[in-house]
Amino acid sequence: MTWSDIDAVVIGKAPDFFEGVMMPELFLADALGATGKPMFRVHTAGSVGGSTAIVASQLIQAGLHERVLTVAFEKQSESEAMWALSLPIPFTPPLHAGAGGYFAPHIRSYIRRSKAPDHVGMLVALKDRQNGIKNPYAHLHEHDISFDSIKESMMLWDPIRYAETCPSSDGACALVLGSEKVADDAMAEGRQPAWIQGTAMRSEPTLSAERDTVLPLGGALCAADVYKQAGITNPRKDVDAVEMYVPFSWFEPMWLENLGFAEPGEGWKMTEAGATAMDGDLPVNMSGGVLCTNPIGASGMLRFGEIAMQVRGTAGEHQVDGVRRGVGHAYGGGSQFFAMWVVGSEKP
Amino acid sequence: MPPEISLPASLQDVEQVRSVRTPARLDYEFTAGEASSRFLKGITQKKIIGQRATPESRVYVPPRGADPELGATTPIEVEVAQVGTVTSFCMVNVAFYGSVMELPYTSALILLDGADLSIMHLIQEIPADEVRIGMRVEAVWRDDADIEPTLESIKWFRPNGEPDDPNVRIPGEDHGTGLGSWVGGVAPTEALIRNPRTGEGGQA
Repeated sequence: MTWSDIDAVVIGKAPDFFEGVMMPELFLADALGATGKPMFRVHTAGSVGGSTAIVASQLIQAGLHERVLTVAFEKQSESEAMWALSLPIPFTPPLHAGAGGYFAPHIRSYIRRSKAPDHVGMLVALKDRQNGIKNPYAHLHEHDISFDSIKESMMLWDPIRYAETCPSSDGACALVLGSEKVADDAMAEGRQPAWIQGTAMRSEPTLSAERDTVLPLGGALCAADVYKQAGITNPRKDVDAVEMYVPFSWFEPMWLENLGFAEPGEGWKMTEAGATAMDGDLPVNMSGGVLCTNPIGASGMLRFGEIAMQVRGTAGEHQVDGVRRGVGHAYGGGSQFFAMWVVGSEKP
Repeated sequence: MPPEISLPASLQDVEQVRSVRTPARLDYEFTAGEASSRFLKGITQKKIIGQRATPESRVYVPPRGADPELGATTPIEVEVAQVGTVTSFCMVNVAFYGSVMELPYTSALILLDGADLSIMHLIQEIPADEVRIGMRVEAVWRDDADIEPTLESIKWFRPNGEPDDPNVRIPGEDHGTGLGSWVGGVAPTEALIRNPRTGEGGQA
């Protein structure tokens, strides 16, 4: 495949003020091979990597293009995300302390509601960091990580410890999405495609009094929609592996419940029992996930791309055997933007 | 061939510069808008005045002029209490570029009596590790001479001595036991959501 095979480019990243470069897609057009081609930018905060891939897939689904390049990136070494997410709001006390400060109360609410023991968050961090060691593209390769080193790490935003927090990463992800014909041709040449069996996005207002910040309705409806498209009736049984957006360890059990893999208040039991480990019945974040690599704008697309690699059987050392169908998930903003896709090894 | 460049001896052992911080500054006028202005005028009289769309709908504090559930403006003003309940909180131990707070500090989501949305504010006059969900707190205002049209005119909240509210819920939390999650393996659907305009739908 060469540049000339690409019909259009869809790009996504977190808000421009992170790096301080306005509309960077315009500067990047040449480097992305987009000169003279349709180019489109997607904005949905932290979920943007997922939304961007979905927008690209829809351009093909609509019959506009055969092959679309979709790219997402962030360069946190040239940005100040903690500052950017703590901008003083006029007439309001300057209490905001980044994403951790925003999400810590949600996590505390989850712990209270589910009565989950304190060690669950640390178990998630340990699992994801150990998985990340197997992924050559992960930002963190913490060979010496242990339960005790996580436990002893500094409490940054109580109840979130340093070692339960995602890093600030530079990174990018690119996918080429193709039409049914493109995928059939790949099959004929012996290259396994990841068939997109469903895509869904949902959003909800951040400051609505009716909103449950722990188990957001938008997230659950997004999952219900994408499963319906893919013919999934029992998510725990019908899905072989998941790459979900877990920037702080406790979001694994929270999203397990929000996405229908566990009953409300029960998600942490799956984590504790090892169900989400590489050898569990529902491996989660085999790549090491956001906890190992967080180039914010790319993080959602990395989830989508990693699960595609799993169903293609090309995930290398962090490949799980026999993944026929997997879920990629991204969320963003104040837990108010959601994007998901289901990919499978079999043509729908 | 380009000329060979070598550092003078005095610079040879100096650590390389890998990044340079170049702060940018942008000064601007911020107009509060009508809804916030009405709220902030109340603050100058040491009153916390929420807004709602209809006599039955949710009370928003601080108001932003619209009820996102109804998609309607919030013309009705309602004074809410200056006491409330901590629905959740975070003890912040991390410094970052631009932060002005002394560490550690506890920021809490406080549901004022009579309001339907928690505000984020500072908790003081109690050791940070004794703050808890359900704790009852009251507003502590600046001296009268220092009151300005900003929520910062409330210095912080402190325990008001009442017993904890063990049943405190975050607004919308009931979604977590039926709507925003899967119960008995049943997927949530749009039909489960109550339509606030018509009152139709939703769980019994």
